[in-house]
Amino acid sequence: MEIPHTVTARPDTGLYNAKLAIWLFLASEVMLFGGLFSAYVFLRMGSDDGYWPHGLLNVPIGTLNTVILITSSICVVLAWAALKMRKWGMYKVWLGVAIGLGAIFLAIKLGYEYPNKFDHFGAFIKKEKWAEYDQYLGNEYLAKKGLDPRPEISGHLHEVEINVADADKAQLDLLIKKRDLEISKTEDDGKVLTIKVHSPRDADALAKVPGAVTNPDETDPAKQTRKENGVKMVAFELALDAVNADPKNPKFDKPSFWFRGHTETIAVIHADDVESGGWGAFVPKHSPFLAIYYAITALHGLHILGGLVCFVYFFFFSEALYRRNPEHMANRIEVVGLYWHFVDLVWIFVFPVFYLL
Amino acid sequence: MSSTHAADHAPDHGHGHDDHHELGFWQKYVFSTDHKIIGIQYGITGLAFLFLGFCLMMLMRWQLANPGLPVPFFGPLLQSIFTPFGSSVFSNDANGHPGMLTPDGYNTLGAMHGTIMVFFGVVPVAVAAFGNYVMPLQIGAPDMAFPKLNMASYWCFFVSCVVMMSSFFVHGGAAKSGWTSYPPLSVISDSGPGIDPFFNGQTIWLLGMVFNITGSLLGSINTIATIIQLRAPGLTWMRLPFFVWTQLVTGFLLLLAFPPLEAAGFMQLMDRAFGTSFFIPTGLLLNGHLTHWSGGGSPLLWQHLFWFLAHPEVYVLILPAIGMVAEIIANNTRKPLYGYKAMVGGIFVLGFLSFVVWAHHMYMTGMGAKVSGFFQTTTVMISIPSVILVTALLLSLWGGSIRFTVPMMFATAFLPMFGIGGLTGIPLAFNSTDLYLHDTYYVIGHFHYVVAPGTIFAIFAGVYYWYPKASGRMMNEGLGRLHFWLSLIFINGIFFPMFLQGIAGVHRRWYDGGATYEQIIAPVLHWNQFMSVSAFLLGAAQLIFIFNFFSSMLIGRKVKNDNPWDATTLEWDTPTPPGHGNFIKEIIVYRGPYEYSVPGADKDFTPQSEAPKSDKAAHAPTPALAH
Repeated sequence: MEIPHTVTARPDTGLYNAKLAIWLFLASEVMLFGGLFSAYVFLRMGSDDGYWPHGLLNVPIGTLNTVILITSSICVVLAWAALKMRKWGMYKVWLGVAIGLGAIFLAIKLGYEYPNKFDHFGAFIKKEKWAEYDQYLGNEYLAKKGLDPRPEISGHLHEVEINVADADKAQLDLLIKKRDLEISKTEDDGKVLTIKVHSPRDADALAKVPGAVTNPDETDPAKQTRKENGVKMVAFELALDAVNADPKNPKFDKPSFWFRGHTETIAVIHADDVESGGWGAFVPKHSPFLAIYYAITALHGLHILGGLVCFVYFFFFSEALYRRNPEHMANRIEVVGLYWHFVDLVWIFVFPVFYLL
Repeated sequence: MSSTHAADHAPDHGHGHDDHHELGFWQKYVFSTDHKIIGIQYGITGLAFLFLGFCLMMLMRWQLANPGLPVPFFGPLLQSIFTPFGSSVFSNDANGHPGMLTPDGYNTLGAMHGTIMVFFGVVPVAVAAFGNYVMPLQIGAPDMAFPKLNMASYWCFFVSCVVMMSSFFVHGGAAKSGWTSYPPLSVISDSGPGIDPFFNGQTIWLLGMVFNITGSLLGSINTIATIIQLRAPGLTWMRLPFFVWTQLVTGFLLLLAFPPLEAAGFMQLMDRAFGTSFFIPTGLLLNGHLTHWSGGGSPLLWQHLFWFLAHPEVYVLILPAIGMVAEIIANNTRKPLYGYKAMVGGIFVLGFLSFVVWAHHMYMTGMGAKVSGFFQTTTVMISIPSVILVTALLLSLWGGSIRFTVPMMFATAFLPMFGIGGLTGIPLAFNSTDLYLHDTYYVIGHFHYVVAPGTIFAIFAGVYYWYPKASGRMMNEGLGRLHFWLSLIFINGIFFPMFLQGIAGVHRRWYDGGATYEQIIAPVLHWNQFMSVSAFLLGAAQLIFIFNFFSSMLIGRKVKNDNPWDATTLEWDTPTPPGHGNFIKEIIVYRGPYEYSVPGADKDFTPQSEAPKSDKAAHAPTPALAH
């Protein structure tokens, strides 16, 4: 049994099977990313003024990644053209370059952009406390100019002050040891601790330490009862981002192309002034913007990874097919190339939507 | 290969294919790339899930008819199975007797009944099983365009089945937020002390759905590519059997409607596993406390993404059913379908419009009068192609010399049943009347009439009709008739009283069947017993089908030739059962799909592959298309 039209086109449709199938697949991918982008639109339209961040992402890095992906797409076209011209050596070169560029894209995303976010700290200030923090938020100034307010203070987290009166001491000590944290100050008979943290994730972990066990004689962990509150956050000390260090500077009225890191200006935020669930690292749960940012870029990254797996396979295991049926091999690169261009195209939407708008 | 079977029936065929070697048992029957084996795998898995979903519903119906009374035998049995896993679907009743369905358990069964019936029962049978088995045969193809991909879609589906079933055995039990999984409830449920943050009912439900959707996407790509690329020479578009058309449109619906739900599934997974707030609004309170979510999300977003899939899904359920009914009606009335072209046009309009009606499920959300008005208009518009289809099928009966075979009985019963389902949908299309009817049993009655005595009757018709091709034996006629009449009576016994209850205002999610509100709904409350008894008897009637299905494989009457129903379409040109590669003669199509009772012909059917007698009338196929 042989399936017709696997390599040569069917005359009345002008397509071979796989080419039709990849277009259908891409149609479904359009709907998949379309669903996610429609979620972006929904969330952005539903967000309060000022709560949708602008200029949060690193535009030069995003631009670099855009150039890298477009270049890799060109390389895939050249690899396909080389196969069509039956130039095996050129095919290997161009495909190799495309693989390298795809890998660099992923490395930048996973090795630089994501970790930077994970180490960045932000806290949304309750609306009624905005006035107290106006030196960092600049909302009076922004209101005068008719600009959206700035609800969040962000920067590099140095220290947290925590109240451990009700917390499970053993678990707390274990955590401090495991994460190699340093207690810089102890107040109020050891009930209030100031702890130096390496990243906001340490603060997150500290906040999750449960309440002390109220029936320590009970050996079965399932039957133990605990105090309702564990570690209670008291305050955060952070080195402010440039925007929060000088919020009334007109140059911060609009996001700029160049990325602005954090400054040496130190600020202290009281945990009671922060919205419920509104502080932490720039991880997906921090805000709807970051949630949809990570959802779309992670799914896009998975697509890049999938494309790279195909490329690497074709790089190493395609010679036999090429010798037997070079046209079939060229078709395979054409099909995976169409997929790669689509993934590229998704990024062409991701970049302006998340980095620039 | 099965060419040995073929030789039994048609010794002159011999071995038509020499390019394949004998496959071992596992490759031939389990990890098979043959579309027919995969079709049968889908069919058996799907039918088993249909029965399982029905059993869940019978447990619920017991509770509705006898609130708080332990389910006899099965209740204590299931309680003793589930309790060690930390799932509380059943518990002791007020008197300490085991086997009472708990409120949580009722929600679990409701959610899983819907999920199983739609995604694991009807779609796998109506779309994947018949689409895989029958469609390539009807277009004269040797297999699907991508046999390995086909196998991958079945095993994706199989993994999703295993994942979904495993959720019954995790701590806290299976998903309980409805088959629609509306947040914020679905994000909050199945979490908390003692519940695993990942291996819990709702999260597993989402994972199972992701696998199910992936399998379904692969399958739909394969179906569309096969229909477009592998039609036999001479099989032009307007010569396609109507069933193939319905598969094509269904394929597009699955292809384009499922991905947004997959996206939504990812987002809900992130809400549950990573604490994001896609669907969690700001300031959500739980037991009086602020939740830990940052907020800023929108529960309505889920409803939009969900119904963007789930409305086209309704047409995914019904289109292949209409296709099968059309095939069977043409064959058994011995005349061509009435208005074949109008029907083809109709399903395309239906398919297109099905993408723009989704928010008629959301009139209750207060999304605004303008939006409701838009969706009300499109919803009323979609009834036009639906009515064209039903009318054409009804008119196809007119003047036919009808053979009331078992498949034909199911197919004819489909028409009024689907008609009731469709017509009762009209009050739901108008948002003013929908506001009253929306959360009542009226809605349950409406869509069950479409899907149960509608689609599932068509599935039965299809099983009885194509069974001889797949097995080489006929199903027992007498048992088939008995199965038909009992099913027809009892299924109406379940669903018709739902309209009466719904119009009287019986809410569709009451755990006690409305006993608490007896003063208000007393005139219709007694129907609960009637409906439940009907359900149990309907379940019993299906045992006849199950017995008939398996016993006929061994003792059924052998088919007299490869074309026992004297049909015209290409699937009857294969040996019985078809071997790997399907056809053992070259297939060239010369005519349309339903040339029954052609005046002047020497018999009352002319197969599509039969060459015309005079060479003048022949539409010679393009030579380049011969493969």
